Amino acid sequence: MTSVLLDPTGELQPVERYPIKKATSLLGLKLGLLDISKARGDVFLDRLDALFAEAGATVFRYKKPTFARPAPISLIQEIIGNVDAVIEGLAD
Amino acid sequence: MKFTDGIIVVVKKDCPTCLLIAPVLKELEQAGKTISVYYQDASDFLSVANVIDDRELEASYRLNIETVPTLVTFSGGEESGRLIGWAREEWRTSLGLESLGEGLPDWRPGCGSRSVEPEIVEILEAKFGNFDFAVRKISLPALVDDIEHCFESGWTDGLPVVPPTQERVLRMLKGTSRAADEVLGILPPYFVKCTVSKVAINAVLAGCKPEYFPVVLASIEAALDPAFCLHGLLATTWFSGPMAIVNGPIRSDINMNWGGNVLGQGNRANATIGRALQLTVRNVGGGEPQKTDQSAFGSPVKYGFCFAEDENTPWTTLSEERGLERNVSAVTLFSADGPIGCVDQSSREPEGLIYSLAGTLKGINHIDMANASDAVVVIGPEHGRVFDNAGWSKERTVGALQTALLIRGKSLGMGTDPEVEKNEHSGQSEKIAKFRKGGLTLVRAGGQAGLFSAIIPGWIMKGAPGTDPVTKEIKL
Repeated sequence: MTSVLLDPTGELQPVERYPIKKATSLLGLKLGLLDISKARGDVFLDRLDALFAEAGATVFRYKKPTFARPAPISLIQEIIGNVDAVIEGLAD
Repeated sequence: MKFTDGIIVVVKKDCPTCLLIAPVLKELEQAGKTISVYYQDASDFLSVANVIDDRELEASYRLNIETVPTLVTFSGGEESGRLIGWAREEWRTSLGLESLGEGLPDWRPGCGSRSVEPEIVEILEAKFGNFDFAVRKISLPALVDDIEHCFESGWTDGLPVVPPTQERVLRMLKGTSRAADEVLGILPPYFVKCTVSKVAINAVLAGCKPEYFPVVLASIEAALDPAFCLHGLLATTWFSGPMAIVNGPIRSDINMNWGGNVLGQGNRANATIGRALQLTVRNVGGGEPQKTDQSAFGSPVKYGFCFAEDENTPWTTLSEERGLERNVSAVTLFSADGPIGCVDQSSREPEGLIYSLAGTLKGINHIDMANASDAVVVIGPEHGRVFDNAGWSKERTVGALQTALLIRGKSLGMGTDPEVEKNEHSGQSEKIAKFRKGGLTLVRAGGQAGLFSAIIPGWIMKGAPGTDPVTKEIKL
């Protein structure tokens, strides 16, 4: 595996990638909640769902088939296509 | 790495001469000499006390060892002498010993040092050399796939690229005698200094061999010539991209294609030289599609378009036409769209072919439009033979085409556009030229079978307000 590459660009941009802009309001935000299939994760996410909906967000629910593997590409694409932001739990 | 005063010998077990002189090294130690022996592979044939592992080849690299065994003497921290291979009398004299290596052959040559084996040199240069690229180094975290990283960094045209490691870039730079930090010019659209090293990195990305690199550099120089108008060509909504045609001895030196499938895929030099030019424009200049590059359709040309001319014909070559000697290697850059096929399987006389070629050329841009794009006509071997057999030179052929492409002014006007209808030519009864003077360029290339020629139109903005072809000599 390569460890050092030489930059082919004009070096006008920093190497680090920056996260996209954060949402500043929940009102009207299309928000995804990704259930990673950990036991009782749905109980926690149901509560979040209710709170976000109360604050004006439209909540979309998604679920990975198993927490042990990355989400299938089709699910990732579905999420990207539908929501402005997604909340994903990392573990229990 | 510092070397202590005394005798340093670099050896490898794989070398018969090194095996032969192993007892001599012990003799030197017994004679009271300060001796350090660096081994490149294994040490089990050595009996001296101070044996140093140089399997990483750092000492061999820093001592610039080309042959083993090499004996280097150091005094006062400086090299004071060097003996290469085994020569008994020389060793005795240099080391001031009356007896040494008794019973051994008088002389034996050494073997090649591992530090100069192919592929290793650049690895050692990158690891231990003082060569410091004046470019940003990007460290990849473990488990990051290097090719995926190139995609994610936006360095590619959509196809995979070769990751630009220091070793590969060093190897590429050996393809030219030019300094790595030489500035070739200011590259649009972001007006960035374009150095030889930046072009080398992009040539690595594109998949070039080092021997292609001089052609890439000449292409960049041509693109940077204000006459070529790279900025406009890049930004235009039209289809065009740069097309490089190579002439001269370098075509065969680097195994370029001017025969079958000449405008297509399959030849590494043709494919990667054009791609290196485009990747340099993208990465160094910042010319990305749908950003500065506003082409409505683009074209496959924009992945890179480069081919060589068939010079084994009676015609003057493209670079001769542009003022260079035939034995000079050169690249000529045009703006180009994709090729249009012209078929004529009947004509056995030049006049019939002129009619057919002119018929195809008339449709470029719009059949009712004149004096717009230039065009390059690639005459295939079977069509070329018709002109050659009739004794028609290139100049005569171009002249006949220009005459056949005089169009009555009043038939022009692009009837669908009232603004264009009012142009200076519409309504005129005199004939005007479809192509400006010098706007038709004829070259020879293509496969042996097929009564076809290829017409390659250029950017609709030609001449002073747009682009002109540019020729640059390829310097090694």
